[in-house]
Amino acid sequence: MTIEGKAIKFGDNIDTDVILPGPYLVHTDPHELAKHAMAGLDPEFPEKAADGVIVVGGKNFGCGSSREQAPIALKYSGVNCVLAESFARIFYRNAITIGLPVLVCKGVSVQVEEGDVLVVDLQTGKVENRTTGSVLEATRLPEFIMEILDDGGLIEHLKRRIETNE
Amino acid sequence: MNIIEKILANASGKQQVSLGEIIEANIDAAMIHDLTGPLAIKSFLEIGAKKVWNNQRIVVIMDHIVPASSIISANLHRTVRNFVEEQNIQNFYDVGRGGVCHQVMPEKGHVRPGEVIVGADSHTCTYGAFGAFATGIGSTEMAAVFATGKLWFRVPEVIKVNVTGELPKMVTPKDVTLNIVGMIGADGAIYKGLEFGGSTISDMSVEGRMVLSNMAVEMGAKAGIIEPDQKTLDYVKARTDKPFTPIKSDPDATYERVVDVDVSDLEPQVAVPHSVDNVKPISEVGDIEVNQGFIGSCTNGRLEDLRSASKVLKGKKIAKGVRLIVIPASQEIYLNALKDGLIKAFMDAGATIGNPNCGPCLGGHMGILAEGEACISSSNRNFVGRMGSTKAFVYLASPATVAASAITGKITDPRTVKEEA
Repeated sequence: MTIEGKAIKFGDNIDTDVILPGPYLVHTDPHELAKHAMAGLDPEFPEKAADGVIVVGGKNFGCGSSREQAPIALKYSGVNCVLAESFARIFYRNAITIGLPVLVCKGVSVQVEEGDVLVVDLQTGKVENRTTGSVLEATRLPEFIMEILDDGGLIEHLKRRIETNE
Repeated sequence: MNIIEKILANASGKQQVSLGEIIEANIDAAMIHDLTGPLAIKSFLEIGAKKVWNNQRIVVIMDHIVPASSIISANLHRTVRNFVEEQNIQNFYDVGRGGVCHQVMPEKGHVRPGEVIVGADSHTCTYGAFGAFATGIGSTEMAAVFATGKLWFRVPEVIKVNVTGELPKMVTPKDVTLNIVGMIGADGAIYKGLEFGGSTISDMSVEGRMVLSNMAVEMGAKAGIIEPDQKTLDYVKARTDKPFTPIKSDPDATYERVVDVDVSDLEPQVAVPHSVDNVKPISEVGDIEVNQGFIGSCTNGRLEDLRSASKVLKGKKIAKGVRLIVIPASQEIYLNALKDGLIKAFMDAGATIGNPNCGPCLGGHMGILAEGEACISSSNRNFVGRMGSTKAFVYLASPATVAASAITGKITDPRTVKEEA
């Protein structure tokens, strides 16, 4: 699976309160959540992400609250993948669960600029920067996580496993 | 093996686990609340599951936006109540029956040493204070737990934090915790476990230990565990009659590293905006005016916290132009605070008291900040927009420091407030 998109950059310690502020947690419709993605930092983010983007973060991306609504808001606003120096644990698991690919990619926060066009190969972990021509190696995802992503998230994965008696 | 490895080995039916190994653990208790619960319920139904794996091991606690502040939240609450009814969930704490989830869980006997507990809330790590492996998970993973009673974990590296020294007067477990968060950093323990130990921790009450474990997640940790001792057993046995096996680290347990902290000369600490690890001793914070003080939350809404704050406030009035919001973390704490005269002391000082719930900590309701306002809070996060406007400022401190600051209207060292006889 390859993912292509323009990079939108954020810094270190991007917490789930800025990704999706608390007052919006009362919404259960993913499209409604998407309207408030990154509201704590950039209220115009959903507009910028609408055509499909790759978010690039620094260290500890997604720290703070366990709210699954944070990766849901990113995914439905148009984010196809998040690359970061490191991720907070609960955000990382939640993103995989809801089918949003997240890859640890050392050096990404310095070697990618806002607006660079990136092509991410999930299978190999290769991250190609079409704008600069450079190539980065992200940490490859384990097989069982790839299976969850291939199925589109944990719910579809579990449904498939129940149906096929796997 | 260390305590976390031993608990995960037991929970997965293995003699031994090794670092980095992925194990599937049997879950002893699973908790949801009114904000993460509805999504867990939605996912549970989408998976196609019909019946929860165990209606006695699931705990449902209404605490984030209660009583309902809007029609939208009222509808969420109804979704949760219907699920509790349909699935015949045995442990349900509705409005007025419990309080803040991380207080209610141990208080009502749902936490025991050696257990594996998951909650759809990041501060689930609080129960590490009782020697349990407890961690926060997302709503859909919770749905999978509801369906199967199991969840996978990676056996984490563990950092041992060894705290020694006698705490100076007016310096509290919150100050120790903030100091450690500042040292380790907001990402210093990502994916890892923290084990707190040492003479200072042994001397702390169970309530004090809960502050340390509670904020383990602010360092990125998966768990913040403390070996159970007699104080733990006394607390737990008074609240549950179910059997359990306390687990401690082996003498030859291995750790990624050991961090030594001496608190003998520690000052009150403050985490200044907008990061939890932006921690300073109060003498270096400078002249900061505050509009609001908040004493409460799963971090510092317990009786010990209310006592230390009311001691500072006794016989005094809060400054003109300052709101002080006090929210006991549970019904039990509220009643005890009433009996002890603490609620009267707060009200005499000019504070307002809220019903047990999360309140303004997460910017849900009951004290949301306006643009340009500053709040000193006993809670756990000072992120941009956490308590309201993205242009507001949140300072984290101990309940005593919040009380002292409410009196003067500026961030104030509680040791400088003259005590009433």
